[in-house]
Amino acid sequence: MFEGLQRIAATFFNPGLIAQALPELVTVGLPNTLLLSVFASAIGIALGLLVAAGLLSVRRGVRLPCRIYVDILRGLPHILTVYLIGQGLPLAGLSLFGGNTYGYAALAIGLIESAYFAEIFRAGFQSVERGQIEAARSTGLTLRQTMRYIIIPQGARRVLPPLTGQFILVIKATSLVYLLGLTASQREMFAIAQDAAINNANLSPLTAAGLVYLALTIPTTYAINAWDRRLRGARATRPVDAE
Amino acid sequence: MSPSITQRGTRLRFENLHKSFGRTAVLRDVTLDVPGGLTTCIVGPSGSGKSTLLRCANLLERPEAGRVLLDELDITAPHVNVDAVRARVGMVFQHFHLFQHLSVLDNVTLALCKVRGMARDAAAAVALDKLAAVGLAGLDGRRPLDLSGGQQQRVAIARALAMEPEVMLFDEATSALDPELVKGVLAVMRDLAQAGMTMIVVTHEMRFAREVAGQVVFIDNGRIVEHGPPEHFFEQPEHPRLRHFLEQVL
Repeated sequence: MFEGLQRIAATFFNPGLIAQALPELVTVGLPNTLLLSVFASAIGIALGLLVAAGLLSVRRGVRLPCRIYVDILRGLPHILTVYLIGQGLPLAGLSLFGGNTYGYAALAIGLIESAYFAEIFRAGFQSVERGQIEAARSTGLTLRQTMRYIIIPQGARRVLPPLTGQFILVIKATSLVYLLGLTASQREMFAIAQDAAINNANLSPLTAAGLVYLALTIPTTYAINAWDRRLRGARATRPVDAE
Repeated sequence: MSPSITQRGTRLRFENLHKSFGRTAVLRDVTLDVPGGLTTCIVGPSGSGKSTLLRCANLLERPEAGRVLLDELDITAPHVNVDAVRARVGMVFQHFHLFQHLSVLDNVTLALCKVRGMARDAAAAVALDKLAAVGLAGLDGRRPLDLSGGQQQRVAIARALAMEPEVMLFDEATSALDPELVKGVLAVMRDLAQAGMTMIVVTHEMRFAREVAGQVVFIDNGRIVEHGPPEHFFEQPEHPRLRHFLEQVL
């Protein structure tokens, strides 16, 4: 029993190896992870908003393709999609980003995430009361304007907590780009940790990477939750006075 | 207050309207003339079709058969631009439906900017004017949910009036208010009626109907049972169904 714990400590928690891995993780891996996360989320959120609007369209010809898109991208293993897009696009002659693995990686993860973001936004849009929409339409706003000025702002605000959760999943999903092969300076946190783990025949660098992931994701969650509370708190005050 | 109103007042005519939700017929062959510049009050029991009829006037509900005429324009015709019609017809809802994510001012300016294409400054000037007219000067920076129900409903009225509508629709505008807040909202509606706005008011406020309406309409079970000038309507109701209704509510 004690021996087992010692073996685990030696394999995962070797202080020397953790300390050795940390500098590169923070100086090279962390910026790359953040950059990929931000690009992938930007693609995911922009596309997700569009697809969410499409999912709620009254026109079947719009709704159905959006539904298929979401179902396929949510139904495939992420690894498979990353391969399909990262390797498939250049093979198909669509060298959008030249030889830059980064672009394909961000695009692949962004597309995957857009399907999840779309479902989150759809739920948010559907939670906006009918009366808000009728009030907007009754002043002469078109459906498109109502979407833009009423439904999206109100719906998106309401789904801030699940959006945060999804953003954290994006941060973690960026580790999948190692599948596409990266130059040394392009490596994100997971790739760096994995290389170090192989070189040292010890898994402690992965533990180090785990620590940095946690240092990134946990504060993010709390920061956005606090922002969400402030947005909600701003509305929950009492009436000014009786008339 | 000094709302600027079109001179002669726009007329509205509902013609042989039919509407059902699923298997329930809500409007059965309803024909009604709403004269320009007057207030038409619609009363009747819950579920009688009052609100549905009102909502046909700006096509929030689309009748299955029949026509709705705004002056000469048949707004139910297929080629008609619904948004343009709605910009001419203001509506006030029972539950206010102010845009919760916008300030009071932005609630009133949104359609001015996006539908009328007004510049922000000009829209704000109109909005402040309308807010002052409904007695809410100085509250333009607040959020709707920071206001009392009565104040929220007056913002909703200002929001509708800002578009300079030719017709105003009120769907039980005071039913969701605490009793002591009803008066202020009714006063604003009364001013508007006296200024010559064409109004259709679905209400349970019989005193308001008696004092302000040019015409009172009783709807029951999707049909207009009786309508006429308030003196006749309240003093000498003809139909037994109306007599019974008035006994219950007066």
